[in-house]
Amino acid sequence: MSLRRFIAKRVLLIFPILFGVSVITFALVHITPGDPVDVVVALNPDISPAEEARLRARYGLNDPIWEQYLDWLVGVLQGDFGKVIATDRAVSTVIVERLPETIALGLFGWVFAVIIAVPAGIYAAVRKDELGDHVSRFLALSGISIPNFWLGLMLILVGALTLNLWPVLAPRTALYSPEMLWYLLLPGITIGTASASTLMRIMRSSMAEEMNKEYVTAARAKGLPERTVVLKHVLRNSLISVTTVAAFLTASIVSGSVVVEQVFGWPGLGRALISAVSNREIDLILGITLFIGVAIILANLVADILYAVLDPRIRYD
Amino acid sequence: MTLLEINDLTVNFYTEDGVVTAVDDLSYRIESGETFGVVGESGAGKSVTALSLMRLIEDPGRIESGEILFKGEDLLEMSEAEIRSVRGNEIAMIFQDAQTALNPVYSVGEQISEAIRHHLNYSDAEARDRTIQLLDRVGIPDAESRYDDYPHEFSGGMQQRAVIAMALSCDPDLLIADEPTTALDVTTEAKILDQIQDLADEFDTAVQLITHDLGVVAKICERVMVMYAGRPVEKAPVEDLYYDPKHPYTVGLMSSIPRIGDERDRLQTIPGTMPDLVDVPPGCAFHPRCPYAEESCAQKQPPLVDPETGDAATAADDRAAACLEYTGDLEGELEFEVSVEGEDPLLEEGQDAR
Repeated sequence: MSLRRFIAKRVLLIFPILFGVSVITFALVHITPGDPVDVVVALNPDISPAEEARLRARYGLNDPIWEQYLDWLVGVLQGDFGKVIATDRAVSTVIVERLPETIALGLFGWVFAVIIAVPAGIYAAVRKDELGDHVSRFLALSGISIPNFWLGLMLILVGALTLNLWPVLAPRTALYSPEMLWYLLLPGITIGTASASTLMRIMRSSMAEEMNKEYVTAARAKGLPERTVVLKHVLRNSLISVTTVAAFLTASIVSGSVVVEQVFGWPGLGRALISAVSNREIDLILGITLFIGVAIILANLVADILYAVLDPRIRYD
Repeated sequence: MTLLEINDLTVNFYTEDGVVTAVDDLSYRIESGETFGVVGESGAGKSVTALSLMRLIEDPGRIESGEILFKGEDLLEMSEAEIRSVRGNEIAMIFQDAQTALNPVYSVGEQISEAIRHHLNYSDAEARDRTIQLLDRVGIPDAESRYDDYPHEFSGGMQQRAVIAMALSCDPDLLIADEPTTALDVTTEAKILDQIQDLADEFDTAVQLITHDLGVVAKICERVMVMYAGRPVEKAPVEDLYYDPKHPYTVGLMSSIPRIGDERDRLQTIPGTMPDLVDVPPGCAFHPRCPYAEESCAQKQPPLVDPETGDAATAADDRAAACLEYTGDLEGELEFEVSVEGEDPLLEEGQDAR
């Protein structure tokens, strides 16, 4: 019951957050010089100033900014997220079309990060201050420091051009097919590397901290094998803090997708966002931004619920 | 029968401030079924001794030398797998602070059952039954329904009882109780101590009781060792220690116990504090605090000897003290008096301790 109330409260909190996100995004787009009509005019030099003015009036671009915002908000509350001016398609259609691509990529990157980070973190904590720990620290620092676009380009360079294992651009086959996993590998690694590194360091320090607790000595004093002590007693305690960080990493994976999709020509939301920004397609920018906001809020909600599952001391009441 | 014999155990910690000798040349023995007290202030090396017995000293600590004979076998010579089959099974430990010794994310029952499953090869259901019996035996009400409770759902006294149940789970021959009642209030303390004593009798388990509380020692121990700065300063059967202490430190500890009906305005204390183990005073480590200290005390480290004969004491000796008085190196005498109030079968009131 209390958990249900907690979830309900958190879900209700989504709305004020999204309102804030939309106001800030709206303001930022309007501070940037140029609007969608400028882009259309630049592409079609024949358009006369009169036509240009008409276009502006038609899309309400001459209205005061707060009126434009209210128009947009009223639309959103009725389920209409607006249109892409250049193509005349509904924003919601574009998002629904692009979303699976980004989910596939983000999920792959996230799973990659967790699969690498958790065992590596355990290893580093158990081998604290030994060679393995130093090597993993070096790798993690490299992983955090390497810019993802550079890593992506290098992977393409080596994987596609030198080794000829991948095509430079992934072919458009059915997204959820086994061979797609192969094509997801390079962009997935690119998007997950920084997260894997951060997560691994958190895992290590959380684990190392838990290793010093007295319940570990107590577990050893019971005569349990070291494996059980580490993988049963210590691991579950360290996962509590790691879970929270893993959820926060969703944000960095989503923002990473913007760059990585561009590098790999991946037709997801991130790439749509970049072209929306350069074309000043304000409705599309707002739509995608709101969507990312919802995803991050939900990821954190899941983390809070998992937190309670892992730690019996936490009860939401 | 001698269950445990420790000879010349030395444990060092290699810290950044230098090498710390936490336990220095320690020898003692515990007979089957007896309750042996280890007394001293914080930092005297009591807990390190306890952890050494289970070979649970961790970096930067190292057992430097000595032997720990348990049922005639040297624990220090055993392989990792062999010592694991002793831990929790034949030698078990009751930790000082049950709250931190219990893993917060597993149920209390599971934490007891896992040792039973591991050492005794019980099935899940059998281990559960045995755990419920144990919890019931240590006085957890409604044990069956509390099995699945998490540690934070237990009160402090119940947590300590659960830790006792955990230590007894595989019917050990030696129970190491490391200040098992310091975290508890006085009434609970008395109950828990009675319980440890009852259970030790019932299961015929020897107990090494580590404490800084001489009242507790008087209550349940048969023989006592007093430690100071990592070294044993006095070993004695419990009556002798109380009625006829041989070491000035023991005397100091005794006179710092408040008594009912005491007419002193202030509690007597031993001046100063125990030295930092990085920088132990030369000679006898206690000499800066000792009212009888002479020049020679700062120069010569007193060996543990039989106070009657002055011969070097071994693990087999019941009566030993480490003071230059007993090696004839002291010019003056240890002048203290032991007064016993109330009925006393052993000594006359006010008899000179020497």
